[in-house]
Amino acid sequence: MEAEAAARWRPGLRRWRRVLESRRFLAPALIAPAVIFMALVVGVPFGWAVYLSLTDSIGGSLTGNWVGFDNFTNAWSDDNFRRALRNTLLFTFASQALVLVGAAILAHYLIRDFRGKWFLRFLIILPWAAPVALSTLGWLWVFDSLFSVINWTLGHAFGVIDTNDPPQWLGRPNLALLAIIVVHAWRILPFAVVIFIAGLASIPSEVDDAAKIDGATGVKKLLYVTLPLQLPIALVALLFGIVFTAADFTVVYILTQGGPFNSTQMLTTWSFQIGINSGSLGEGAAISLYLFPLLAAVSVAMLFFARKAQVS
Amino acid sequence: MRGKLSTYLVVGPFAILLAFPFYWMLVTMFKDDLDLYNVENVPYVYNPLQWRFWESATTKHVEYVFEETPYVDWIVNTAIVGAVVVAITLLFALPAGYALARLSGSWGQSAGVAIFLVYLVPPTLLFLPLSPVIARLGLHDSLLALILVYPSFTIPFSTWLLMGFFKTIPQELEDAALVDGCSRLRALVRIVFPISLPGILTVVIFAFSLCVNEFIYAFTFISSSESRTLSTGVPNELIRGDVFFWQSLMAATLIPSIVLALLYNAFLDRFIKGFTGGAFR
Repeated sequence: MEAEAAARWRPGLRRWRRVLESRRFLAPALIAPAVIFMALVVGVPFGWAVYLSLTDSIGGSLTGNWVGFDNFTNAWSDDNFRRALRNTLLFTFASQALVLVGAAILAHYLIRDFRGKWFLRFLIILPWAAPVALSTLGWLWVFDSLFSVINWTLGHAFGVIDTNDPPQWLGRPNLALLAIIVVHAWRILPFAVVIFIAGLASIPSEVDDAAKIDGATGVKKLLYVTLPLQLPIALVALLFGIVFTAADFTVVYILTQGGPFNSTQMLTTWSFQIGINSGSLGEGAAISLYLFPLLAAVSVAMLFFARKAQVS
Repeated sequence: MRGKLSTYLVVGPFAILLAFPFYWMLVTMFKDDLDLYNVENVPYVYNPLQWRFWESATTKHVEYVFEETPYVDWIVNTAIVGAVVVAITLLFALPAGYALARLSGSWGQSAGVAIFLVYLVPPTLLFLPLSPVIARLGLHDSLLALILVYPSFTIPFSTWLLMGFFKTIPQELEDAALVDGCSRLRALVRIVFPISLPGILTVVIFAFSLCVNEFIYAFTFISSSESRTLSTGVPNELIRGDVFFWQSLMAATLIPSIVLALLYNAFLDRFIKGFTGGAFR
């Protein structure tokens, strides 16, 4: 009886095994769970965000009445929204400009071996490794209105600012914008350095030899050999940086909460303000979706460079 | 020699600039109130200044964080969420990463990039529709909410990195196992995974740190003090109204940062290898 069952079962098992062995079946079977999971936790909420943005849904509800593009036009006509949009672009591009310059210089030196490299590298990657919410708290203390170490250094040590009326780094709109840009550049820089090092490391040594034979050295080599070869990876670092900065919520929330007077809001913090704090879920979703064109452009660029890198 | 000197002249100032906030945290966390809140004192050192500098410092604010606040609970919560999410992530990402690296041929590359693009869909776009869903599921204030949602960014990220690692393992090793009558799945578990252990460990570290870093989901889904994680607990619970306990705050901030940075530094070279092994070569 048992042997019979086993015999009946065996061929089935073998067939099942053969199916498992075939590439055509195995690959999708291995990839499918990950894809299905991501469709559920990323695709569905994303679609829902689009749906919500077209309704008058309010806090806590998953549905609402269809209002077309009203949320998008309402948001657009609000000055705070426009400032948030402008700030998002400002934070992103200003900080990434700093990051690219810094990373290009640092990676150039960090790729060499030198004594104490391990420790210096540890110091350099600290801002990347530290949880953003926590490291930004450190900056909140650096920029403190009364006990800012920057103001102490400028005022008491160098005497270049008035110690009775020191700059309020987070209390004045322009200074606060600057502070946020600096913090973003600071936390993305180590990551960009790492990507740049990866790019430099992947340049084959034959290229170096060829450059030497052709008499390219120093600045010439940097301009005509190293930089062009580094360009694709630099763009990858830039694209990451753009997404990480434009979609960030934490830095602004902890440093200024969008203040003073909403002057440092960005799309993410403004959508939180409207969608969660004010309870207008639909309009909040619409505001956050204004980020989408930027992200889509970055994604298309990524695909382009990935394909290009593959060809070369 | 001149090359060495210029390296230190460039890397040194950058390191000081980047690490400065952490030095500032370190000095602050051991300061006495009288010293900290006196603008006449030099803030970079412990005052009154003396050779045995620790005699001007105090550990009472660090003790306060561990003894009088739910800081330890937050560390435990963060560790639980991180560990479970990493386990779930590996369950999904190991097979997917392997398949994308080996089995799927020409469209594998595109599929890999597509999965990675999912990583670029930011939580700031998804938290609004997710927050009523979490409430409906009765998961508000529960770590389960975070465990359910965090894989949405750890899986694409880890799949990408693992794909890079698996590509660096020679195909011949598996072929030999297949010739010896091993099934493909068995070859995967017996041969490929053990060799990839350093790569897998790298993924574990970086996926875990993504969980520690996450802020907006933890901020919207969790509101009771004991259920918080580190990144929302410290800024939301250790600041009471407008009262800042700076020494305690900085202690709470510096400790996890140092631990993560040490891990990053140890696994950095492997991270670079996996990252570039993907597609951007």
